[in-house]
Amino acid sequence: MTALLAISEIQSALAPAGTQAMRISQLWWVYLTVLSAIFVLVAIALFIALSRRHAVAELPAPPFAPGEASERRTSTAVTLCVIATVIILFVLLFWDFFTGRAIYALTSDKEFLHIKVIGHQWWWEVQYQDPTPSNVMTTANELHVPLGKTVKLELQSNDVIHSFWVPAMHGKKDLIPGHPTVQYFRADKEGTFRGQCAEFCGHQHAHMRLEFVAESPDKYEAWLAAARQNAPNPTTAMQQRGLQVFMSNQCIMCHTIEGTAARASLGPDLTHLASRSFIAAGAVPNTRGYLAGWIANPQNIKPGVRMPPNPLSSDDLNALVDYLESLK
Amino acid sequence: MKAGAVAREAVISAEEDQRVHRELDLTWRRRPGLLGWLETTNHKDIAIRYIITAFIFFLLAGILAALMRIQLAFPENHFIGPDLYNQFFTVHGTTMMFLFAVPMMEAIGLYFVPLMVGTRNVSFPRLNAFGYYVYLAGGILLYAGLFLNIGPDTGWFSYVPLAGPQFSPGKRVDFWAQMITLTEIAALVGAVEIITTVFKQRAVGMSLNRIPLFVWAMVVQSFMVIFAMPAVMLASSYLAADRLAHVNTHFFNPAEGGDALLYQHIFWFFGHPEVYIIFIPATGFVSTIIPTFARRKIFGYTPLVLALITTAFIGFGLWVHHMFATPVPDLGQSFFTAASMIIAIPSGIQIFCWIATLWGGKPWLKTPLLWVGGFVLIFVLGGLSGIMLASVPIDLQVHDTYFVVAHFHYVLIGGAVFPLFGAFYYWFPKWTGRMLSESLGQLNFWLFFIGFNLTFFPMHTLGLHGMTRRIYTYVPETGWGQMNLLASIGAGVIGLSVLTFITNVLISRKRGALAGDNPWGASTLEWATLSPPPSYNFLYLPTVHGRDALWDQAVISPVITGLSTEKREVLNTTMLEAAPDHRYEMVGDSIYPLLLALAVGLTFTCGIFNAWAFPIGALFALLALIPWFWSGTETKKQQTDKADKPQSALDLPPSFAPSEIT
Repeated sequence: MTALLAISEIQSALAPAGTQAMRISQLWWVYLTVLSAIFVLVAIALFIALSRRHAVAELPAPPFAPGEASERRTSTAVTLCVIATVIILFVLLFWDFFTGRAIYALTSDKEFLHIKVIGHQWWWEVQYQDPTPSNVMTTANELHVPLGKTVKLELQSNDVIHSFWVPAMHGKKDLIPGHPTVQYFRADKEGTFRGQCAEFCGHQHAHMRLEFVAESPDKYEAWLAAARQNAPNPTTAMQQRGLQVFMSNQCIMCHTIEGTAARASLGPDLTHLASRSFIAAGAVPNTRGYLAGWIANPQNIKPGVRMPPNPLSSDDLNALVDYLESLK
Repeated sequence: MKAGAVAREAVISAEEDQRVHRELDLTWRRRPGLLGWLETTNHKDIAIRYIITAFIFFLLAGILAALMRIQLAFPENHFIGPDLYNQFFTVHGTTMMFLFAVPMMEAIGLYFVPLMVGTRNVSFPRLNAFGYYVYLAGGILLYAGLFLNIGPDTGWFSYVPLAGPQFSPGKRVDFWAQMITLTEIAALVGAVEIITTVFKQRAVGMSLNRIPLFVWAMVVQSFMVIFAMPAVMLASSYLAADRLAHVNTHFFNPAEGGDALLYQHIFWFFGHPEVYIIFIPATGFVSTIIPTFARRKIFGYTPLVLALITTAFIGFGLWVHHMFATPVPDLGQSFFTAASMIIAIPSGIQIFCWIATLWGGKPWLKTPLLWVGGFVLIFVLGGLSGIMLASVPIDLQVHDTYFVVAHFHYVLIGGAVFPLFGAFYYWFPKWTGRMLSESLGQLNFWLFFIGFNLTFFPMHTLGLHGMTRRIYTYVPETGWGQMNLLASIGAGVIGLSVLTFITNVLISRKRGALAGDNPWGASTLEWATLSPPPSYNFLYLPTVHGRDALWDQAVISPVITGLSTEKREVLNTTMLEAAPDHRYEMVGDSIYPLLLALAVGLTFTCGIFNAWAFPIGALFALLALIPWFWSGTETKKQQTDKADKPQSALDLPPSFAPSEIT
């Protein structure tokens, strides 16, 4: 069916790229096989029971008393079926327990990459922790992790309940106000995947997505080093004007651009906005057109989003987009 | 065993029958006119109202589902925006759970339990009428919100803090919360009625081990209602109190020491049993339909009863499997995983016993049996995907995705709606005296079966490929478009099927073949009276001599005589053996249940806006309750009004031979 109807695998529990998701998908295939076999057997039994001596009549036949011998045979058959059910359930149960232990094994790792994820209506704030406070790096709606390293996600929400889910890596973990949670996983295969909020969190729950990149340690280190840099200074006149527009309008009330005076944290950090492939938490691709449309009126793209419309002149808007596009 | 239709023995003269009929009818029927219609406490009148109302809510929620399917048919569709979509899925889920499934099941119980146990009405007739009106008030409240475009939009579960005062300002969620309280009052009322009626009003000889399986199912379900519904009323009332100005409690507000997770525990302590509250009566339909159409007694009566009771107990021990993604200790997870798998055993026993009954029978393939066949296939598939969800690792991946949407529609539509349609086809002749058309019935079934699988099967795959629940749209890069389109086409086919059903009902009601008393040759007591049954149900209360009352009786079975025909008198029997205990006079019709429901409904509606509604409303409730209890039997006015209405002669009362009871 999957092949027939080209469904994408970027956000699929059946295309695992991490240790946890891999173990879960193996368990899934075991369950699917065993349970499908049971379904087929039940369906066959039902079909035979219905067709083996059925009546086609206009009026009901008189009720009859089944023979004692056949009732005894049926009794034995039903008892055996129940015993088989119990055995199968126990096998599945133990398989489940062992998988459970395996996927939680990483919690004892001493060496891990520590990332804090804060859920907001409707975007993800991502903070790469570091013992040196100035090295803590904040970004939004994207996660990069190195292959083969245990990742510890510290999950937190200050508004409503969200649920963090990158199917290629692991199952879900809720972000609950008042109940901080953690999630451990390890990426094994390179690739770019998608994640999405899985707990209904209000108006724009549908557009609370993130991009997840699993890459080689070298690439990851390079990305992190770049991401820790301040935003590049505007080089062209247009970009300079764009920065001015940013600083003199309501943009500065909510966003941070490291290296400038913009230090607010109500909205996503924009320091390296141009390096991300999506804007608006995965609602639209990060292209010039969408970016301009988004700034002018975010409500068109993501109705109900907290960002207000920005009635800028077209020159100002162009300059602002020029500047934002320079934030590699 | 003998055939169901018993030749009438002329032990009591036909003139005597007619006299008893006239007197009983005068005593038990409602008075003519609108007032009589509003006052009625007859369980059949009330149950039919429940059934029709619940079916209308089913259609409304179905229309909402169709609108959602149109929106989801294509990626980034602009048919409806997030605001409407969120209202629609909230009201769809809420309606199906609280206004359709539970009331529908209880309604069929309220209609047939008194008939199946061989009595004249439920134990507390006025309370029963109150239950219906307060349910209607809840339903109107919810849809008033929706039609004013201020319908609740936080899901049928309304998790806090999203549903709390900070993140859902306005009154939307309050409509939801108060509606829950109102409909659950009705559910509790229905449960009490069924338990007392079954425990104290069974026909003489219907000892506990002879109770029909449908009646057992309703008793077990009613006990579940009594333990589960208070939990959700607690959740909804705490939520309403958190939200209400000047009350402003902080039960669920983490900033003030409240707890957001507490809500989920209370909600799912109700929410999981709710599934069985819906499913268990449906097993009762299945256990009734299968022996009738297999033309033999059910295989495994005792295991089937024990399976129901076991399911009810275990059903209260697995609510946390809805919360595996929240912080739950590992040991707790293992416990709830094990409990969730164990509950598959009683369900398995039921399925095996049903198939065994058909295997050892001579199946008569009529429409009701067809629906039961569809039920087995679809429910088993849903049950098996339920076993997957019991596993914590798998659940963490598919939780809150379309896989779960597929799973519970397989369980609930497969486990409840298929048997329900079977029950409609099975009991329609008893309700109306006419048969539903077989050919339209077959069309109805096949369209539903195909449409259902077309809609919900692809959702398993969608969920595994990352499609989360409760999203009003999705981006094209996900590749979910084609399967969603398929699902939406399937929804259209289901719509056609439901239209076929409605057509069938409308045509057959007037022109269907005459049914007679017992068209299916069934074994339970509701078939031992006219179709539709007279106001008083049985001319003489029957006695029972085996599990399959009409199959196990002697040619001449004794009946009970000597009860008053001029008062609403029934026979109370002992709980275990159903031996005659004492006579019990029931109250007459009354307008006060309606007035009390009005007072309660308005109290909760006004309570959305102002806390003073509650003390003032309590006063009005008291004003309705005083005359309710003051007026016991019928008033003179009610009696004269009824005597003026011409009475019909009784066709041919199916009967047993009388035996005097002292």
